[in-house]
Amino acid sequence: MSVNGNLTAAPAANAPAAEWKPRIVAFCCNWCSYAGADLAGSSRLAYPADVKIIRVPCSCRVNPMFILKAFERGADGVILCGCHPGDCHYSTGNYYTRRRMALLFSMLDYIGVERGRTRVEWVSAAEGARFSKVMNDFVAKIRELGENVKVGDLRCKE
Amino acid sequence: MQRVSEKVIARARELMREGTVNKVAGWKAGEFFYDCAPYVFESEEALKDLVYDRFCAANLSKYMIKNSVAAGAEGGKVLVLLKPCDTYSFNQLLTEHRIARENVYVLGVGCEGMCDIDRIREKGFKGITGVDENADGKTLTVHTLYGDGEVAIDDVLVNKCEFCKGKAHMIFDELISDNEDEGPRGDRFAGVRELEAMSPADRFAFWQSELSKCIRCNACRNACPACSCRKCVFDNDASGIASKANTDSFEEKMFHIIRAFHVAGRCTDCGECTRVCPQGIPLHLFNRKYIKDINEFYGEYAAGAEAGQRGPLINYTLEDIDPAAVSDKGGN
Repeated sequence: MSVNGNLTAAPAANAPAAEWKPRIVAFCCNWCSYAGADLAGSSRLAYPADVKIIRVPCSCRVNPMFILKAFERGADGVILCGCHPGDCHYSTGNYYTRRRMALLFSMLDYIGVERGRTRVEWVSAAEGARFSKVMNDFVAKIRELGENVKVGDLRCKE
Repeated sequence: MQRVSEKVIARARELMREGTVNKVAGWKAGEFFYDCAPYVFESEEALKDLVYDRFCAANLSKYMIKNSVAAGAEGGKVLVLLKPCDTYSFNQLLTEHRIARENVYVLGVGCEGMCDIDRIREKGFKGITGVDENADGKTLTVHTLYGDGEVAIDDVLVNKCEFCKGKAHMIFDELISDNEDEGPRGDRFAGVRELEAMSPADRFAFWQSELSKCIRCNACRNACPACSCRKCVFDNDASGIASKANTDSFEEKMFHIIRAFHVAGRCTDCGECTRVCPQGIPLHLFNRKYIKDINEFYGEYAAGAEAGQRGPLINYTLEDIDPAAVSDKGGN
């Protein structure tokens, strides 16, 4: 609903309420996925503007707390993108990510949060097309799941 | 239990008298007989208050972080009484280099399971004035203002003892025990499996109702032998949610997920978190979920079974499962 609706031209009587837009946080590794996103852009491949990318030096920089914090502050989905296993710039970072996230996501499932809201994808710097596909796919999934009500924290909502 | 108890107390005194140790970490009864709290005794005379009975459930390992260092500075040694399950925590702390081992004398003490006063009360006893163990070792005589009654020990064990890990001590300098190791008691993952079998909506409702009880007293964190950081992430006032009461339902989930995550792979399942929770939240269900996942994904692992093990979260193999196994994935 538009706040200044009555200041502008009167809306049509049956105008739909402002469309809900998902808020999606994507943690992208500096060496692979962030460059992959860049390639997607320079190749003019579209992915939804709902995705907010946060660049991290390595996927293993992502503390499980970052993910929960994003949810608390109102994210509807969080995706973590890193180099393919074996291709880590720091040799082994994403192997640790893999273990951590497997445990964290299993725990989120255990407390009854929809499985689809979290995802780990491996996207290399050469995979611009894949980056675009992954993001489109994830956004579609979040749109399907709707607004995140299970993992938000009222104390963080503004 | 009675016999072991007498031997333990006598031996602690002896070690203090002969100067092997100059401090004893044990339990002291508080205002009530069932309030056996950790206490560090500093003289032989003070040791008259040392108790070891069915209510000494507290795990003393964590107290060795400070006391082992302090004992070293004083040029002495500290004696610690450790039950079988406590020795896992002690080993884990040794692995993490938190205890000055050379300043600690570990007296392994036999244990036949600790009792929970709340569970005794749940059996209908009011005005409890004392509890005595019967000679059969399987029942307790409960003295109350209204007369005596009897209760089976198996029915009033604290949660961690209901799923006892076994009677074997993982580390000790000296052992006073006449228990036979019968291995683990019961299936400790039964509760986790029960939850996993529920629908996501039911699981959510379960945790919502449990965690909405949380008052963020931080007792679970403070009692946990694995939670030994000098500065805790939850003591951050700038987080914006520190010391704010939860206004509805499910706001403490982050605290509990992260608390359990921080000890994942290091948790020895000593059960202190659940035992100390004043709201009765089954916190062990978080820890056991991580333990169960670790066992299933990366192979059986018992934190603290021996000192110096490499934990599963600071390790990896090339063939580890992909997180896609536990969350949806598309886009390939």
